[in-house]
Amino acid sequence: MRPIELQVEDLSIYFGGLSAVEGVSFYIKKGQIVGLIGPNGAGKTTIFNLLTGVYAPTRGDIYLEDKSLLRYKTYQRCQMGLARTFQNIRLFKDLSVIDNVKTAMNRQMHYSLISGVFRGPGFRKEEREISHRAHELLEVMGLDGFAHDYARNLPYGQQRKLEIARALAAKPRVLLLDEPAAGMNPTETQELLATVKMIRDKFEVSVLLIEHDMNFVMDICEYIFVLDYGRIISSGEPAEVRNDPRVIEAYLGGDALEEEDA
Amino acid sequence: MYYVTQILNGLGSGSIYALVALGYSMVYGVVKLINFAHGDIIMVGGYTIFVLLGMNAPLWLAVAGSIGFCAVAGVVIERVAYHRLLNNDAPRIALLITAIGVSIFLQNLAQLIFGTNQKPIPKMFTLPAIRVGGMNVSNTLLNIVVALLMMAGLQLLVNTTKIGKAMRATSEDAGAATLMGINTNSVILFTFAVGSALAAVGAVLYSNTYMQIKPMMGGMLGLKAFVAAVFGGIGSIPGAMLGALILGLAESLSVVLGQSAWMDAVVFALLILILLFKPAGLLGQHMKEKV
Repeated sequence: MRPIELQVEDLSIYFGGLSAVEGVSFYIKKGQIVGLIGPNGAGKTTIFNLLTGVYAPTRGDIYLEDKSLLRYKTYQRCQMGLARTFQNIRLFKDLSVIDNVKTAMNRQMHYSLISGVFRGPGFRKEEREISHRAHELLEVMGLDGFAHDYARNLPYGQQRKLEIARALAAKPRVLLLDEPAAGMNPTETQELLATVKMIRDKFEVSVLLIEHDMNFVMDICEYIFVLDYGRIISSGEPAEVRNDPRVIEAYLGGDALEEEDA
Repeated sequence: MYYVTQILNGLGSGSIYALVALGYSMVYGVVKLINFAHGDIIMVGGYTIFVLLGMNAPLWLAVAGSIGFCAVAGVVIERVAYHRLLNNDAPRIALLITAIGVSIFLQNLAQLIFGTNQKPIPKMFTLPAIRVGGMNVSNTLLNIVVALLMMAGLQLLVNTTKIGKAMRATSEDAGAATLMGINTNSVILFTFAVGSALAAVGAVLYSNTYMQIKPMMGGMLGLKAFVAAVFGGIGSIPGAMLGALILGLAESLSVVLGQSAWMDAVVFALLILILLFKPAGLLGQHMKEKV
């Protein structure tokens, strides 16, 4: 049995009177790739925002290993091992590709301000190490050739990869991917599939991903939680979930089966 | 020769504007706040020097004390006046009004403590005389050199160090920066501290150059430094420097032309011109409003 890395218990949040997420519980085991799927507006991104501390839950708790995250701020949760990417890419567009990666390594450097301004030995040593690691990450993601370009000038697919590289730079235990395949063509999606698996093995992270693309989710995830109207309506291995009538209903609508492309 | 000394004079006073403009620009760059109280920090720095020298403190202590005190003052102002507004995404106008309020508060506090009259500052630095056209320009040169060094240091800090990267990341997308493990609150505090420390360096040069200070001195000085920052392209470090030097030159040029009464008008006319023809400033990047 692999130990549980991230656990969510009875997580709920209300905006005004509206419950966006209601009594959600799930867990991710170490090294697992877990999918969180559901139709538009089901509350998937809200759950990411709750995990990372952008929102405070109305009720419930979040544990990373055995530690409750609720009293930690967003930046601390990142340092503790939760790093994410964004559905609508949020790179630092006016920074170079490599600087984007280095920003996420900020906490791994310890040289003093004085050393930074006067370029003391501590500064040079740490900056060299960080540069080395950043280049390694870029190489893994196939971005090393772009290291000194502005992030804004990368093609869309590469920007998505850079987001993953930047999240990895924070040395996460759990990597949160928000619709990583959005806007990608089938070839790119296949590539991404291989990349995510490779990352899981190479960096020994657990992955929680939100996705619309059902095929992608079915191919990559070992376990899936299905969300609808803020509640978990089904969970299990891909094959089980695929055939669960509740899931089919949530995705295709109760009696509106003509919306099959939804 | 007269022209050379006037140009040097212009660059000398421009350097003091530059040190204040750098802080304006930096704070704007990171939190998009026009910190109108920033000009008054130079006044705070001036009075700190006045008090410390009055207590017979050695010169180095007066200088260091002023820089340290201003850095702390900048942090306190951020914490007390702006912090909640920034964290709750208050509208820009609320921040702006608060900044003006802080400015008025500082000016009146100084009047309350020290009285409304100007205070003399004893001669601070005795430098070997460098004569150009019969005029000793060593103080002017000191101003220019110090301002250039500060700008270069700041440029290095922002572009190559980890805190610099954190500042640039916070500037672009504070939300994403916290999610990448950057404590944006401390980055903002740091920005205020550095900006205010630079203003204090400006205060040291100002006190040394003009040898007097008064509670309202930050008003016009701050306004002109703000004009300089906008002129050079707010958010840009070399831009702030360039804008301030051009402003200083424009002032001394109006003196050369015998129109010193029009000095301030020239400065603001320049602002209007740049806003008409290159609203982003000389070295500013095209402004893109976030949707």
